[in-house]
Parts: sequence; structure tokens; C-alpha cells
Amino acid sequence: MGNAADQVKGWVDQEYRWGFVTTVEADTIPKGLNEDVIRAISARKGEPEFLLERRLKAYRHWLIMIEPKWSTVCYSPIDFQGISYYSAPKSLKDRPGKLDEVDPEVLRTYERLGIPLLEQKRLAGVAVDAVFDSVSVATTYQKELANMGILFCSFSEAVRKYPHLVEKYLGTVVPYNDNFFASLNSAVFTDGSFCYVPPGVRCPVELSTYFRINAENTGQFERTLIIADAGSYVSYLEGCTAPRRDTNQLHAAVVELIALEDAEIRYATVQNWYPGDREGRGGIYNFVTKRGLCAGNRSRISWTQVETGSAITWKYPSVILKGDHSVGQFHGVALTTNFQQADTGTKMTHIGKNTRSTIVNKGIAGGRGQNTYRGLVKVLAGAENSRNFTQCDSLLLGDRCGAHTFPYIEVKNRTAQVEHEASTSKIGEDQLFYCQQRGLSREDAVSMIVNGFCREVIRNLPMEFAVEAQKLLEISLEGSVG
Amino acid sequence: MSGNPMLSIENLHAAIDGKPILRGVNLSVRAGEVHAIMGPNGSGKSTLANVVAGREQYEVRAGSVRYEGRDLLSMPPEERAKEGIFLAFQHPVEIPGVTNLSFLKAALNAVRKHRGLQELDVVEFRGMVLERIRLVEMDEELLLRAVNDGFSGGEKKRNEILQLAVLEPKLAILDETDSGLDIDALKVVAKGVNRLRSPERGIIVVTHYQRLLNYIVPDFVHVLSEGQIVRSGGRELALELEERGYGWVHAPDTANGGEARP
Repeated sequence: MGNAADQVKGWVDQEYRWGFVTTVEADTIPKGLNEDVIRAISARKGEPEFLLERRLKAYRHWLIMIEPKWSTVCYSPIDFQGISYYSAPKSLKDRPGKLDEVDPEVLRTYERLGIPLLEQKRLAGVAVDAVFDSVSVATTYQKELANMGILFCSFSEAVRKYPHLVEKYLGTVVPYNDNFFASLNSAVFTDGSFCYVPPGVRCPVELSTYFRINAENTGQFERTLIIADAGSYVSYLEGCTAPRRDTNQLHAAVVELIALEDAEIRYATVQNWYPGDREGRGGIYNFVTKRGLCAGNRSRISWTQVETGSAITWKYPSVILKGDHSVGQFHGVALTTNFQQADTGTKMTHIGKNTRSTIVNKGIAGGRGQNTYRGLVKVLAGAENSRNFTQCDSLLLGDRCGAHTFPYIEVKNRTAQVEHEASTSKIGEDQLFYCQQRGLSREDAVSMIVNGFCREVIRNLPMEFAVEAQKLLEISLEGSVG
Repeated sequence: MSGNPMLSIENLHAAIDGKPILRGVNLSVRAGEVHAIMGPNGSGKSTLANVVAGREQYEVRAGSVRYEGRDLLSMPPEERAKEGIFLAFQHPVEIPGVTNLSFLKAALNAVRKHRGLQELDVVEFRGMVLERIRLVEMDEELLLRAVNDGFSGGEKKRNEILQLAVLEPKLAILDETDSGLDIDALKVVAKGVNRLRSPERGIIVVTHYQRLLNYIVPDFVHVLSEGQIVRSGGRELALELEERGYGWVHAPDTANGGEARP
């Protein structure tokens, strides 16, 4: 490269490797939010009446709600009228038909992201539903799964093909009036993934959704619904990226999980939305509601999340332990560098008898990042012999970052056992020097120490994802110590 | 033993937190030699070891250190390590969550890469470590535990010598490796170090007590006092020190500190 400016630019571009923009012709509903916009979204998707009614109910409720202010995150007010609530690549119209009808630019986008969608190249052992802005563009391995009775498709497709399932379960875990961002999502959600695993079936591959925000000034409001019927098992992965832009973009998703008797759902997220630049410009506002219901006896739900992206992360993947002997788990890593802010954690609500929950959270803050763990363990009166173990550790990489922990514990039953352990440490010069004296660079040393710190969580991820997550941590850590 | 010194320290002055510790140290070490640095607490022994290894908290105020003809002080610590300088820590550091084995592998491959050697794969590496671990009679189970995490004092020191055996440095500095060791562990550690003595390798043993030198017999003994080497000699100097105590040698030979060779 000829001059220093180019070199600097090359280096900066490298920081967020998924920051490119795809040029596709898009069908975008003009900015702004009102009932007409909601009707337009619903019409574009050819939705049944019950869904439109639900959307409107949620919207009318949202209008009287106020934005939550209880978290530690600070951001300039979101202009909800300045966002476009629907954008889809034109070639798709609304229906993701066959793959050869998908805009090749979009397919190339996923290739660049390492998610090949074409039949001959698709990932072994992982069925992928790819969501591009507001619509799902492709779902792989669908036929093979259908042979086992597993329904895995985009949310829109589920609304068309399995409306009874959608109507039966949608909103049963996160109701339309749950919270400000969930209500907004319930009004304007566009697509997402749907999965139903029939009784006794063990899903043989990892199911995965890959979310990509491409268009400018749009929000992404996806809705995911996973139902594991009695005695079934499914493991689900979610990945996300977005282009680098100077303005902030809103992502307000809702994920609902339902595990019936003896069923198990494992849900893993590697969240890598664009985090903004070194000065804190741009980045995704990630306001997400994720909740699982252990509806049946002996059911299990496990959340694992690695959060490295977004300018702001606000999410608390939770489990309602309704069935007796049900088990809820949360394993989380949240990394904030530069000006990133995260307020994240979980809620475990023990309702059934002999229910158990485990929470392991690892927060890492570098640069001027602010990292908050917020968790609630709630044991209701009927939850005899329920147990919880919580461990929250924070690691500080510098002296301008912050780590905060807000554990809430509410116990209404005398037989419950609740344990909480917490630690805060700073990455030590001694540790760094020790590694350097053995030949490792300072950056390699930091990423080794951080990976060690997160090990308990990372090893909970499926193998390929664990490797990805480690790489992602390494990249996100570059230049964050000091 | 001839040729240019591998390490040559001239008139080295260093301070920590603004407080001068080293006040003009002179020392040369040739390949194949074992030097013992002795001295009372606070005399600057560990400071000398850490300055050579490149710990940033120490401020070098004057003097020079040359290693294989190069200016050592301008090299970052990892560069020194890759060029073959190894410090066995007085207080080995714990790294939770990182297994001893993976740490050792990362270190070895960093060093090998620098030397233009191929990185070892998992199988080759395991074979090598399992062979070297016998040298220090260390429990293999410790390889799968996190680096020094929950290790006893003796286990930590053995682990340092294991790293030394695996990384095969040109210049090894043992900083009070004997502190906190019982006599059996001391013998094991000394045996490990003796096996690593070679005509290509220089070794500096920093110790407060003569005891270790019964097992690692040095070619030269230097006494550090108030930041200067005040006396140098053969191993008999160590024995004499044991008998007469450090009070006997507190004054420097000359105003600038003596030349550190007999």
C-alpha cells in the first residue's frame, strides 16, 4: 500500500471482519411505525387474521409502555419513527422458494460469512436457516429433517404451513405485553426460525439460524419459536453479524423455547453484531428477550451465550422451571471493549418441586467497556427442595473499564438452597510477564488468559462453535488491554 | 571455556518504584558455565534476574546488557524468551482455566517458530513432554490441571524445571528455585537442572542458601550486596559464606563493584 492512510484504513477495516455491505435491490417499507405499517408487513407475509390481531394488540399496548430505564446502559433516545420495519431482497419477494431463486449476492454474503447455503457446500452436521434483514433466505437439510418429523423452517413458512402450532405456542412464554422491546417485536416481527421436534425424537444435527442485518436504517425484529415435544432433544445455534455503519441500528428479537415432559433444548448464541468503532460511533443496539419454559416434568433447558458484539447488549435468557424435577442452565460470556456496554444475565424462576438451576457468567471488560451481570433467582412457595448455584466472575483488562454485578435472590420456600459465588479480578502484569517470558506475545497472552477465564462456558458450546467463539474472543480482544 | 561471553552485563543500574536496587553490576557468562549469584535478602538478586528477563516494572538507569552480541535491553521480554533466555520464577504465576499442557505447547511452538522449526503436533508434543516430565518426577496429572492453579510450592518449582526442559533455552536463570523446597524436592530439581547442563547452555542460579549448590555445583560464585557484586570466586566461596555469613562480605571490592570473574 502506498501511503500510511491506506494502511491505517486497511487495519481498521480488519477489526470487524464482517462489516461489508451487500448491494441488493430491496423491497423496503418506508420509515415509520403506525398501524398501516403493521398491516402492510402482515399483508406482505400473507398472514392469517389471528396474527394480525395479535400484532395490533401488541402495538396498541406498546404505545402506552415506557422504555425501561433500570439497566446500566446509556444511549441516546431511539427514534422509533426513523426506522424502517421491513426490508427484504427483492428477488425473494416474500417467499424463499428454491435456492437458485435467491439473489446470488445474498448467497455470496453468506459464503463470505462462512455459512455456505448451497446443497453441495452446506455445513456438515448443521442445518442452517439464514435470515437476511427481514426475511429468511434459505434453510438447509429441511427434507432430511422432515423425514424424522422435525419441522425446521423460517417463521413465515411456519405461519403458512403450521398455523395451528404457531397459534398454540406463540406468546405463551413471552406474552405480547411482556416488556417494551418484546411488545415492539410482537407488533412488527418479520421473520426468524421455527422448530418443532415431535415426541421421542432426538434431532441428529445442530439446528442453526444465522442472522444478518444488511440494509441501512432498518431494524431487525426476529422471532424464534422452538418446541421440543415430550422426550425429544434439540440443540440450536444462533449467529449474527451486521455491516459497519456510523449510525446505530436496532435489533429487538424474541426467542421462546418450550420443553415438554422429559424434553431437552440446548440453545447457544454467538452474538457478534457490529460493536461500533473505537470512538463508540455506530453499532447495534441489541435488546433481546429470550425465555424458555420447562413446561413438563424432568424437562431441561440450557442457554449458552458468547456476547462479543453490539454497542449495547440488553438480554437475560431465562428459564421458567414449571415442571417438577426440571433443570435450567445459563452459561454466559460477555466481552465489552472500546465503548461497548452490556447489561446481561439471566432469570431462573423455580415453580415446580425439586427444580434445579445453574448460572455461570463470565464478564470481561476492556477499553472503556461497561459490563453488568444482572440475574434473578426466584423460588416460589411451591418449589420444594429446589436448588440454585450461581457463579459470576468478572475480569478487568484495564483501568478505564467497569464490571458490575446485580444478583437478585427471592426465596419463598424454606427448603430451597441457593448459592451465589462471585469474583472480580484484573488481568495481572505478573500473568502477562509470565506468558511473555515463555515466548508468547502480549496479545496472545491476553487471549490465552481470557480463554482460560471463559473455559467453563466455552466448553458448553458444540465443538465447531467453541472454536469459532475462541477465535472471536481473540479478534475482539485485539488492542484492548491497558 | 572460551570465546565471547553469551551474556555480558556492564555497570548495570536498575530501580523499581524509583528506588535504586542494582548499583553497577558487572557479570559475564559463557556457554557451558554455571554461575551462582548469592546474597542476603534485598541485595538485588531477583532484580538482576528480572531485568535480564525483561520485566517492565524495573527501570534500567545505566549500563548495558549484551546477549550473543546483541543489545538485550532493547528487546521485549517475549523476544528474549524466543532468543533462548529462560527465567524459572521464584513465584510461578497461576493461570486459571488454561491447562498446563496447552500453555507449554503454546510456549514451545512460539519458540520453535522463532527458531525456524516446525511446530509440533499434538502427538509429537505429548511424547516429548511425557519424556521430559520424568526428569522432574512430576505427576502427569498436573499437565491437565490449570497452570500452577492449586499446585503446592514444590509442584510449582518442578513445573518450572519441566518448562525449562521442554523449552531448551540457551541461558537459564533459576530465581530462588530452592526456596520453599524440602530436601527431597530440592534433589529432584537439582537433578533435573544437572541433566540440562551442556556445553551450549549457560545457567545462572540465584539463591540465598549454599544448600542448593551442594547439588548444582557451580563453576563460579558471585556475592551480591547492596546492588553490587562484591566478591567472586569458585564454589569454595559458597562454602565459606555458609560458615562465615553474609556480614563478612558486605563491602564492595572497589568503589564501582568488582569485575565479576576470579
